[in-house]
Amino acid sequence: MPRIEETPLPGVGLRLDFTADDGNRIGVVHHRSGRKELFVCTSDDPDAAIVSLNLSDEDSHALSEALGGSTVIANLNDLQQRIEGLAIDWLSVDAGTPYAGRTIGEARIRTRTGVSVVAVIRGDQPHPAPGPDFQIEASDTLVVVGTPEGISSVDEILTVG
Amino acid sequence: MDHGARLLVELGAVVLGLGILARVASRLAISPIPLYLLAGLALGEGGLAPVVTSEEFIEVGAELGVIFLLLMLGLEYSAGELVAGVRAVAPAGVVDFALNFTPGFLTGLILGWGVVPALFLGGVTYISSTGVIAKLLDDHGWTGNRETPVVLSILVFEDLAMAVLLPTLAVLTVGGSTGGAVLTVGLAVGAMAAAIAFAYRQGDRFGDLVFHRSDEVSLLTVFGVTLLVSGLAEGVNISAAVGAFLVGIALSGEAVARADSLLSPLRDLFAAVFFVFFGLSTDPGEIPGVLLVAVLLGVVTAATKLVVGRWAARRSGVGPAGQLRAGLTLVARGEFSIIIAGLAVGVSGAEELPALAAAYVLLMAVMGPLAAKIADPGRRSRAVVV
Repeated sequence: MPRIEETPLPGVGLRLDFTADDGNRIGVVHHRSGRKELFVCTSDDPDAAIVSLNLSDEDSHALSEALGGSTVIANLNDLQQRIEGLAIDWLSVDAGTPYAGRTIGEARIRTRTGVSVVAVIRGDQPHPAPGPDFQIEASDTLVVVGTPEGISSVDEILTVG
Repeated sequence: MDHGARLLVELGAVVLGLGILARVASRLAISPIPLYLLAGLALGEGGLAPVVTSEEFIEVGAELGVIFLLLMLGLEYSAGELVAGVRAVAPAGVVDFALNFTPGFLTGLILGWGVVPALFLGGVTYISSTGVIAKLLDDHGWTGNRETPVVLSILVFEDLAMAVLLPTLAVLTVGGSTGGAVLTVGLAVGAMAAAIAFAYRQGDRFGDLVFHRSDEVSLLTVFGVTLLVSGLAEGVNISAAVGAFLVGIALSGEAVARADSLLSPLRDLFAAVFFVFFGLSTDPGEIPGVLLVAVLLGVVTAATKLVVGRWAARRSGVGPAGQLRAGLTLVARGEFSIIIAGLAVGVSGAEELPALAAAYVLLMAVMGPLAAKIADPGRRSRAVVV
């Protein structure tokens, strides 16, 4: 996978882009307002966007669906196929958890167990690739990847701290 | 008609007129600023249809317009972006100042205005229009371009420079001792550093405190805080505009994302009033006398912005076509030039400045976007899907 470069655009938002196999630069500008702008540049003038499309939230979901799902899921499938001894589990967060309202970073899950939280499912809404500042709530479901031992320690951490 | 009724009718006619002009500007895909200025010129003393009753209201509205423009400008940037932006383009930012402030300053001196009014004219020619340029980048679909971060960083640099320039000019208009002037400018720079440091540490918390899930609470709180700080800043001669800018910088965090939808309608309304007021207080009779100077200054400062943009883009490894786009994009002047010229009203020796600034901005706010079109020939490849 080509490396995605991040460039801050002061006052506008963030630009994520990469150079595709055929030399064209492809990227997305994430505007502050939440609007996403998809652009493509050719190798004749790699600086200029020759196509730029404005996408609403729904549009971008539809587009990523059309392209074959998010990279998180794609990477997961990849991992599952290649590495043995790796488990994926769905852990529900109980009402009595000491981490309700606190962040994933504060629970120090990865540091303590080596397990990664790849998504949080809240209600019907999945939140893929949550950052360390993502707040855990009671009755969330955490999708975690790691060793089976690590995952059972995470379950323990979430229940008793 | 009694006074109250006259006021409403006159104000209604003015605002409705602005609405029509904004519609025309949107149809022509140009910035509405020049049209607002023309409307102000037509409505002022010596114009076609002078407004009398609502002038006082318009004056207060104009002051709010400046405050909203600067508050929203500050809100657009996070502290991190300000610091990173300045670091990224510091050399280009300095060259930009040297090349674009100097023509205005020298012109003022040549016209025999004296040093202080000449400094104001330098400010007018220095600062590019963030508003016009943001729209231009969007219209041409250039936001993802590789030269765009360079352009945006230069704008950030200019905005910070303006936050130092405004209080400096404000102090110079008041006069007084050199010691007092140095103190005020020091205070302004200190206040800005404090606001940026505050935004780093407490900005998110301040944002959460000010913004509330109710739009009503958020609006009243932000507006109140901003007016208060602006008033205090004006009181110590840092200028209300800089006060509002500092509030905008100090507020950060996620809650601020909502500020845009909440405050932009107010900014649009009062900023329009501000441009009209500037036109109102300018005597249209003086414009023909300064037109030639404005055109010459326009040509020179378009060229100097072009040089700065191309150079800064080349330093960032952008190709020739992108360098040209960066240069042409920066040509547009607008709201900030008018804000600076507005400060000079009443400064002795600067009697010609409003007319010259109005003519200059009329020219540059139209010419900037036209210049940018040169670098986007018919958007030839827009339809070609890769």
